[in-house]
Amino acid sequence: MMSKPIERRQFLGASLATGAVATAAGLGLIKPQLAFADNVAGWPEKAFDAKLLKEAMSDSVGKTDIPVSAKVKLTAPTIAENGGAVPVTIEVDSPMTADDYIAAVYLFVDHNPTPLASQFTFTPAAGKAYIQQRIKMAKTDNVRVVAKTNKGVLMASAPREVKVTIGGCGG
Amino acid sequence: MAGNVGNPMIRMASSAKKGEIVEIRSLIMNPMTTGLTKDKAGKVIPAHFIQTVTVTFDNKPLLDIDWSTAVSANPYLAFKLRAESSGTLKIVWKDNTGGNWSADSKLTVA
Repeated sequence: MMSKPIERRQFLGASLATGAVATAAGLGLIKPQLAFADNVAGWPEKAFDAKLLKEAMSDSVGKTDIPVSAKVKLTAPTIAENGGAVPVTIEVDSPMTADDYIAAVYLFVDHNPTPLASQFTFTPAAGKAYIQQRIKMAKTDNVRVVAKTNKGVLMASAPREVKVTIGGCGG
Repeated sequence: MAGNVGNPMIRMASSAKKGEIVEIRSLIMNPMTTGLTKDKAGKVIPAHFIQTVTVTFDNKPLLDIDWSTAVSANPYLAFKLRAESSGTLKIVWKDNTGGNWSADSKLTVA
């Protein structure tokens, strides 16, 4: 994990001034995550760098075919005027006791440049597996959530389409 | 765009009944740039975003979050806590440029 990022930073330092990064990125020769600086320890770089939904799901959840359950509720607007700030609310039905709780929740936007938007690790102390935050969406797309219980049972929300009027890639 | 970072805030009730579910709302300033966009001069704007949010209650883990660049600028976050005993809720935010901020809020459980 240590050696690769250093090479990337050296490459960046050498090429930023010439604009070569932008050119190379435009040609698809290098990946956009080259621009990332020092990652926080433990941040799951591989899953966040994945470009396709399937890759992002297998790198984070470990599976791509996950049954939909009504227990996983995802609320998002039908139409978002500003793709730069789309409010999403996630709530998973669970007693959140020491023996039976939601251990992890993953949030995806199907066709964002990197589909995994966030991942949440809960403890029973939360009392409810509940999150509200705002996300960026590049275009009209599906948002979806996968939840994992402490026993490893996976369940997904139904995908929710959000129509985006102005894409959120400006920020 | 850059400049305004930090200034973390937590909004939550200061007291609750035992067993009650309390909602916590938080806000922090951060550009959350992706590294995929360019400025007017055509120069790539480097990625600058919060990567981890760690929430504890009386130093015990409550919620660990990993964020990508898909989280909106100046991230708002709400979550819940089951009020079992009085204590201090603490949130720590860390970004990919070494930024590190924390805020806390006390809860009294009757």
